[in-house]
Amino acid sequence: MCGIAGIYNIREPFDISMDTLKSMTNALNHRGPDDCGIYLDDWVGLGHTRLSVIDLSSGVQPIHNMDKTKWIVYNGEVYNYQELHSDLRKLGHKFYTTTDSEVVLHMFEEKGINCLKELNGQFAFAIWDNKKKELFLARDRVGIRPLHFSIIKDRLLFASEIKSLFMNKNTKREIDPIAFDQVFTFWSTLADRTPFKNIKELLPAHYMIVSNGKVTIKKYWDVPFYPEIECTKKSLHENIDELRSLLIDAIKIRLRADVQVGTYLSGGLDSSAISAMVAKNLNRQISTFGIRFEENDFDEGNYQKLVASSLNTKHHEIMASNEKIGQFFPDVIRHCEKPLLRTAPVPLFLLSQKVREKQLKVVLTGEGADEVFGGYNIFRETKIRNFWAKQPDSKKRAALLGRLYPYIFNNSRQKALLQSFFSKGLDDVENPLYSHLIRWNNTAKLKKFFSDEIKSAIGEYDCYENLKQNLPSDFRSWSSLSKAQYLETTIFLSHYLLSSQGDRVAMAHSVEIRLPFLDPRILDFMGKIPSHWKIRGLNEKYILKKCFQNNLPKQIVNRPKHPYRAPIKQSLLHQKHSHFVKEAVSESSLKKSGLFDHKKVNKFINKLESVQTPSEIDSMGLVGILSSQLLYQQFIENLPAIDNSNSKEWFIVDRRSETLENRN
Amino acid sequence: MDNMTKIKEFMVDNFLFGENNGFNQHTSFMEEGIIDSMGIMELIVFLEESYNIKIKDEELIPQNLDSINKIVKFIEVKTNNKQDQCAE
Repeated sequence: MCGIAGIYNIREPFDISMDTLKSMTNALNHRGPDDCGIYLDDWVGLGHTRLSVIDLSSGVQPIHNMDKTKWIVYNGEVYNYQELHSDLRKLGHKFYTTTDSEVVLHMFEEKGINCLKELNGQFAFAIWDNKKKELFLARDRVGIRPLHFSIIKDRLLFASEIKSLFMNKNTKREIDPIAFDQVFTFWSTLADRTPFKNIKELLPAHYMIVSNGKVTIKKYWDVPFYPEIECTKKSLHENIDELRSLLIDAIKIRLRADVQVGTYLSGGLDSSAISAMVAKNLNRQISTFGIRFEENDFDEGNYQKLVASSLNTKHHEIMASNEKIGQFFPDVIRHCEKPLLRTAPVPLFLLSQKVREKQLKVVLTGEGADEVFGGYNIFRETKIRNFWAKQPDSKKRAALLGRLYPYIFNNSRQKALLQSFFSKGLDDVENPLYSHLIRWNNTAKLKKFFSDEIKSAIGEYDCYENLKQNLPSDFRSWSSLSKAQYLETTIFLSHYLLSSQGDRVAMAHSVEIRLPFLDPRILDFMGKIPSHWKIRGLNEKYILKKCFQNNLPKQIVNRPKHPYRAPIKQSLLHQKHSHFVKEAVSESSLKKSGLFDHKKVNKFINKLESVQTPSEIDSMGLVGILSSQLLYQQFIENLPAIDNSNSKEWFIVDRRSETLENRN
Repeated sequence: MDNMTKIKEFMVDNFLFGENNGFNQHTSFMEEGIIDSMGIMELIVFLEESYNIKIKDEELIPQNLDSINKIVKFIEVKTNNKQDQCAE
């Protein structure tokens, strides 16, 4: 995996500073500690930091085509590159490396933007066509790899991470209040917004072409869902067989690397399934990595051990103690570059450190399975509420909620009030956002902490309307489960999980994650599977469980879903970290950032300190306020801290004088 | 301090963090999203401790607890019952 950065003069040639490009590239050192390179001419500057995984000796970037008229900087992996390579050779293409990067460049040369449909992988890249003076940027289908950009005075800046854009002195560092309104509703920004004004994200499944002074951004793919009537008519048995073959191949091609590959193992079905396929179906000896917690409510250690011993893996674990979670929280914010509402990214940050210590660069993870196969409680909750809404007075229908949240519903003291809570908006079934409104309205309560200044900047903006306008045209014809899956995948998975619990916390320690469940063939296959085979009754991920019932211990296949969470109050208000937490939410810091009302936050922190177990929403409030304050301190008040200890030798292609001579 | 003021102060301090614009004795906690399931537990602990009462499971329903007015009435009944029990 790697980091990419670049500067492009949209209208006319202009001097591009080598030093600026170097600092932008250096800001991404953690993403690619092995090599670094630069291409520069009078129109464009491309920077690259490389984590070498394929073709360790000659894969240094930027990479060029045969006549050196096209150059690529590339972050990611295209897993079907060997097949594409052989097709391209037949068409006369010649290669000077064995990398997938070079294959992608030649694919673009051969097929133009249509090449994207044939790439199976996770990527963000830039291709410069020196003849046409055209820049092409593209990002993978679900957004596994990041890509940001900003257009300032006819200059396009782009980079894997925002901190790299901020190394350019022309980039202003300002908070975007609308982005905060979105984060404090959806847990992430919507569409191409980031927490910072004028810094955009090139959206998943989109490409950008900049040519003749014009910037064009287009979508080349969407998460595939189909109306029930178009779903597969094959039998369950046939579908299970097909899914199993797809999964084996999705994993097999993700094991293509010139380095050893490990797996993350949480002890749940998804990561256990991946580990089982690698060990049993593909006969590989693997290292597995698991997170342990001090508190039983969070810890899944016993399940991890059970799977590791049944598959005979070399298992490693880390203890994500409350103290450590608090300690590394500011580092995680620096890597994630957005406000968080949970502390769960921190243990994953610690886990990638362990992977790196064990000399591994690549791990497979089970991320994406809950979205694709229908694993989350929010899907089952939607199913129950739809069923209940048909007879709102039915006590039996309402009581089904207890099956989802036994830990709260089993408390008879709360039952009636909880049912009342879930009955809110019960009759609003026609609302396209029905599945998520309880969660989002609940989160939005945290906006009461916003300062008057932020509230007034947000004004009448309605984030729900904004979201509704961007839904696919046939959205209303989908099943309620497909609708919920789409919202969960395009918002929460793409913008939060794959980033703050995925790429960012893994790349913080130069570790590449690979996600077989998000193989586009599996997404398409599952888009056509009827809802009742995804969630059978209230049995979630039914088809996936059927696939693995003979490959994994019964205790793993049949265990109830355990949401991955990490302690909040115990970690962030841990006595050892009170100095930085108190400082970050002090009256003066709050006034400086202008994000939150300091009087309310003061009362809120006092309340949190006095209660034993804060409510869900209060816990989220603590993470949201603290992370926003840290984000402000690390990105607005100060320049992001960059590790400039780059002792690598630069590979530089400097064509500035050449081009100038030609022009003169 | 009367019951109404005492309960309102608790709600404003603990769930609205000082902002009481538009919040009155009729405001529904559930409809306005002022309180969630854990919040309800915080409210119950406060009521039980402040009024030295025990709230039964079957009494934990929105009709008793969903607004300041409802709580005040509920507390009155509970404390009266308790006095009656003591008198007997």
